[in-house]
Amino acid sequence: MIEANRQGDVWVVAEQNDGQLHDVGLELLSKGRELAATLGVRLSAVVMGANVAEHADRLIRHGADRVLAAEHDLLGHYQTQPYAKVLVGLIERERPQIVLFGATPVGRDLAPRVASATRAGLTADCTDLDVGDHTEPVTRAKYRNLLYQIRPAFGGNIIATIVNPDRWPQMATVREGVMPMLDADPARRGEVVRFRPDLTAADAVLKVLEHRPAERRVNLKASRIIVAGGAGVGSKENFQLLWRLANALGGTVGASRAAVDAGWIHKDHQVGQTGVTVRPALYIAVGISGAVQHRAGMSEARKIVAVNSDPQAPIFQVAHYGIVGDLARVLPMMIDAVKRRV
Amino acid sequence: MAYNLVVLVKQVPDTKRITGEAMRDDGTVNRSALPAIYNPEDLHALELALELRDRYGGRVTVLTMGPPQACEVLRDSLERGADDAVLITDRRAAASDTLATSYILSCAVRTVARSAPVDLVLCGRQAIDGDTAQVPPQTAEKLGWPQVTYVEAVEAVEGGRVRARRNTGAGWERVECPMPCLLTVTDQGPEPRPPSAKRIMATKRARARAEIQQEAAVAMPGAAPDALAAEADRRAADLEARGLLLRQWTLDDIGADLAWCGRDGSPTKVKRIQSVVLKGSGFKRVEPAADAVAAMVHELIEDHTIG
Repeated sequence: MIEANRQGDVWVVAEQNDGQLHDVGLELLSKGRELAATLGVRLSAVVMGANVAEHADRLIRHGADRVLAAEHDLLGHYQTQPYAKVLVGLIERERPQIVLFGATPVGRDLAPRVASATRAGLTADCTDLDVGDHTEPVTRAKYRNLLYQIRPAFGGNIIATIVNPDRWPQMATVREGVMPMLDADPARRGEVVRFRPDLTAADAVLKVLEHRPAERRVNLKASRIIVAGGAGVGSKENFQLLWRLANALGGTVGASRAAVDAGWIHKDHQVGQTGVTVRPALYIAVGISGAVQHRAGMSEARKIVAVNSDPQAPIFQVAHYGIVGDLARVLPMMIDAVKRRV
Repeated sequence: MAYNLVVLVKQVPDTKRITGEAMRDDGTVNRSALPAIYNPEDLHALELALELRDRYGGRVTVLTMGPPQACEVLRDSLERGADDAVLITDRRAAASDTLATSYILSCAVRTVARSAPVDLVLCGRQAIDGDTAQVPPQTAEKLGWPQVTYVEAVEAVEGGRVRARRNTGAGWERVECPMPCLLTVTDQGPEPRPPSAKRIMATKRARARAEIQQEAAVAMPGAAPDALAAEADRRAADLEARGLLLRQWTLDDIGADLAWCGRDGSPTKVKRIQSVVLKGSGFKRVEPAADAVAAMVHELIEDHTIG
């Protein structure tokens, strides 16, 4: 177990794959800057791979005061044990107080492994992070400046605030798109520590036989306008109306989990707690009831229009404009109105 | 080549069907008001285990940690073809977070391994109540085993290695991992086979000791503890003779250090729980008529939402 170190850094484990830094690491640096400033400590980014020092500049411009770049051939392609070994070693040596990971398949594979090895607490899929005080209910012990790890639970029906009073470091994972990414500051300077960890073949027992990138069919995160359909759309044929509206608006099509599960649209279009979190200028929710898991993925859209035949649908409680009606009649009206102004 | 396979499964509240009754006034969830189901991804993990056993020979043992009601998923597993099922139940395990849970499960796997080495542990990727996906990797770490997560298919098990296809988030990859190892299986894993009618008939009376005690107490209200215990023993012996006594382990049976279990063994503490409060801001109701819709579109163009 790692002793508490209240002077410790805030760390972001910056994932990279095939020479590309994952956006979620940069988003976490933005949040990490805020946490580090509140705590009055340094923000460090940890990046691991075969050749990763090249990412240091970008990580510094996005907020890191220091970059720890672990480089070794055995880290060339992600696998659990060598990455965990390096990270655990770094944590034991440097004793950060907070370690943040993106909640990507890599992050969700790596973070729990590291938390288990360090016997630390880990909270997955946080939708917010903050710093605050805590009093333990039973012992009445007081703690200052703990990391508040805030996340929905029970299918999104409750919001829980979790703290790790006695275990260090405090670890959390955050999904892509949840924290806004601040602009890079080209004037920022920082320290780069490049090193070769002690690893042998025995540390990397997995053999990767083949790997293929999957072309993402749609980039929801980058879309200004999203027209999303849910169970209420009713059929794959009816989804055509959403495609037409999206095209007229220059937007992309999204979906709730129900629509994806029904086979009307591919999983890549899914918005929500288990899909993608989006922050578009305009989100048009068609036939989506607005269950909390879905709302978690879109509630911060600047403007939300809801179309639903059920006036009681919870989506109306987060919408700016609500239309109670049959989408088969309302969507053509919208398409028409959008086209006419052109 | 026969393999000793262990599947870790969980009974979870059906979080997709949460209604008003399920939430208490203080914002906590009333689990007993929710229908309990077999965690969906665990069913895919079980199916994968059964397919490997059918293909290569061996044994599938299902473990679950929970209150006596969790035996429902054990019976379900037996109905689908599992060979053995064990309930890990102990009040001192209550309030365990993922770290404490993974510690307890790793002790249970080691206990299974006392009879014969375990080759593979399979789990669903995550449970629908916690949604963390943390327990399987933490269990693998405690066992000191390699892990392969997000598995969608196993191509082969040979030469002491598993060859599997997994989702990497950015695509997929095929990996080869030495055994023993732990796999987590997603909902893209093999389609679960249904329970067989024959097995349903055969296992429906199967009970764990904890369930028998509860049933005896209901059948003999107001009975003295001695009499209840004697009745429970009698029923248990009867089921055991018919091969219907589900195995049950306490934290002592699996050699768990209590300091690592329950609240004491859990580094994460819930500070606060809030019901989700919907906040509406400036809601405008728009009639489903051409002119009202056009007026809305006009407003969205005016404020530059629509470019």
